[in-house]
Amino acid sequence: MPVDTSKRGRDVSSAVETSLPTAPPALVTEPVSASRRALLVGGLVAAGGAAVAASRAQSQATPDPMAGHAMPGGAVDPYSAHDSGVAHGNMTMVGQVDHARNGFDPTAMLTDWETGRTEVLPDGRTLRTFEVDAIDMEIEIAPGVFFPAWTFNGRVPGPALRAKEGERLRIIFRNLGSHPHSMHFHGIHSARMDGVQGAGLIDPGEEFVYEFDARPFGCHLYHCHALPLKRHMHKGMYGLFVVDPDPARHPEFAAVAASRVLGSPENAEWQELAMVMNGFDTNFDGENEVYAVNTVGQAYMNAPIRIDKSRPVRIYLMNATEFDPINSFHLHGNFFDYYDTGSQLTPTLRTVDVIMQCQAQRGILEFSFADHEDGLYMFHAHQAEFTELGWMGFFDVREAGA
Amino acid sequence: MTDQTQHSRPPMTRLLLVLVPLAVMLGAFVWIASLDPLRGFNNGAPPVEALTVERTILDGSGISLSVRAGGSEAMVVAQVAVDDAYWTFTQEPAGPIARGEAVWLRIPYPWVLGEAHHVNLLTNTGATFGHEIGVAVSTPSPTWGQLRLQAVIGAIVGLLPVALGLMFYPAMKGVGRSGMNFLLALTVGLLAFLLIDMTAEALELSGDAAAIFQGSAMVWLAALASFLLLMAIGRWRGNPEGIALAFYIALGIGLHNFGEGLAIGGAFAAGSAGLGTFLVLGFALHNVTEGIGIAAPMLRARPTLWIFAALTLLAGGPAVLGMWAGSLAYAPQWSALALAVGAGAILQVMVEVSAYLVRQNPDRQTALISPSVLAGFLGGIAFMYATAALIKI
Repeated sequence: MPVDTSKRGRDVSSAVETSLPTAPPALVTEPVSASRRALLVGGLVAAGGAAVAASRAQSQATPDPMAGHAMPGGAVDPYSAHDSGVAHGNMTMVGQVDHARNGFDPTAMLTDWETGRTEVLPDGRTLRTFEVDAIDMEIEIAPGVFFPAWTFNGRVPGPALRAKEGERLRIIFRNLGSHPHSMHFHGIHSARMDGVQGAGLIDPGEEFVYEFDARPFGCHLYHCHALPLKRHMHKGMYGLFVVDPDPARHPEFAAVAASRVLGSPENAEWQELAMVMNGFDTNFDGENEVYAVNTVGQAYMNAPIRIDKSRPVRIYLMNATEFDPINSFHLHGNFFDYYDTGSQLTPTLRTVDVIMQCQAQRGILEFSFADHEDGLYMFHAHQAEFTELGWMGFFDVREAGA
Repeated sequence: MTDQTQHSRPPMTRLLLVLVPLAVMLGAFVWIASLDPLRGFNNGAPPVEALTVERTILDGSGISLSVRAGGSEAMVVAQVAVDDAYWTFTQEPAGPIARGEAVWLRIPYPWVLGEAHHVNLLTNTGATFGHEIGVAVSTPSPTWGQLRLQAVIGAIVGLLPVALGLMFYPAMKGVGRSGMNFLLALTVGLLAFLLIDMTAEALELSGDAAAIFQGSAMVWLAALASFLLLMAIGRWRGNPEGIALAFYIALGIGLHNFGEGLAIGGAFAAGSAGLGTFLVLGFALHNVTEGIGIAAPMLRARPTLWIFAALTLLAGGPAVLGMWAGSLAYAPQWSALALAVGAGAILQVMVEVSAYLVRQNPDRQTALISPSVLAGFLGGIAFMYATAALIKI
């Protein structure tokens, strides 16, 4: 076999780089740690030189990573483009995430808007109240891979808060976690309500109420602003904060504005999806191991997002990826209009198929599959690395009810 | 006398006295395992995890890795990414990998000939273990053609130079005492080089092995054990001299050549060596002195021709076996063990050849620092060092 000897200069050592996650101070749910108790005993017994350790270790009830996964047809030809029945070939994660154990389902999260409860103030304005708890929680971010997350309301990303321009907002925030946390809103508010040190950054067990007006309209976000910021953000403390425009305040674009008001007849025409691009540094080395939209890697490959082709699609997209400066969104077989930050009623970019967002940048994508053939249309980050590490999905485009 | 009272105990009583502490030990372990008195130490830290890749096989079905777990509890490989892309894989046998257990991970990844690939193993806790494939080439499979080819290379590297070295025997036969001293010291010098080389190699390899094998301790203890055993066997009936000493040297050098074969075979399998003619000739030249070293203690004896054949086979043959083992069943801990045993054997013959040298001279101690001995010793080391430059890549 011809061997290119010029390549010999490369590192050929079989040394294994090891990096271990640092210990989280406390975990609320611990699928992994159930067997940690056995570790200490196992270690002690092994030190005694007894065979008890082996049988003990084997009896540990860890979930079978291969469960539910079968390789297609025994021997596979990795070089064949037709060998595998699935559209993503062999480039896929093995197994399925248990969404029920996580307590949140990526498919449900797409349309799960948190609207809180409303009451009318004496001056006629609407007061909208949200309740948000910070909770430590271990979540499964890829099949069989568990991440000690810090969450808002037990989900990553946190609840997608949705209000209407001009409303008075009241967010009752309780810290049930193990570290100080806050909610820092990207919006217009006073310094007292900013979610930084001395302005709503609270210790475990404490409560704080943020109050401000919902403005400006647009697709915004909130996140924990406790320090160190990187750690608090990439552990999962971020979420969408969408302020719908008030049509009465924008008479020249009243129809456009009305279509964005959740619950309006005009809005019912649209299929709205909440998407947060995120990543997880599972070994805490400052690089993400898993990329996703709405937390679970390849979730929308395994369960494509059903799109009724007769209705237009609007995506509220936010980039919460830590460590990588930018993330991107690419749609296959179609183009879209993009409203950066969603704070205008005319598109920032028209007819594009890739947009990029830096950290905390967000925007609204609008497109239609009305004239398309039925089929699976892919969407993913166009950084191929992110794509292949989990950030990819499918739109399953069909007629309604088909 | 206490000795006598102990000897007078009946065998049943003594058996009982052994069984009682054993039973207590077993009971204590069961008690500790069931009551878990160490619960209080559980500080929520994730388990310590270690994964060691022992073998890499690249073939038409993709990449296969033999992976040994060394964690504080059974480990779960949750996902596998190759070149930053999550890829399907199967694990044989499936399920959590118990401490010390090895499994095969089969990844149907279309690797590219001559290029580098990086495999990342992600466990259920999110820890990652990287494995670099420096240059991807098809792993040799044990076909007849392949085995024959490797045997030829092994013969060139091992058998040929030893035979060539032994052919100097007639020329060496007539030398006087200082010539003899020079040759014996030359032997000790080249053995000293081999000892250092092998020990370093064994320690380096053991570093790649799973922690459960305690690489460094294993190397030193295996070398010590093999040294002591060979010393004891060698001195069973007096000091080894002449042909017997030659055989011990051949054995030690044979173990060294086995290690050399392992290294070449392993490098071949890993694609790190193109095995050019230059490299093979370098090995051959490097090993010529081994034949001279084997011949040196026999200068006063009358060896028959079959003895030369047997010495050649014993010293050079293992290179062929090493080639096969290295390319087909490469795991760092076993290679390190083989090299360590060889290092012990080399040390034994160094001691014996030096003792023989001293005995050959009536003035014993002063002979050790005579010009001919020093010249031989340093010459041996220098020659080995210089020729080793040809084979280091």
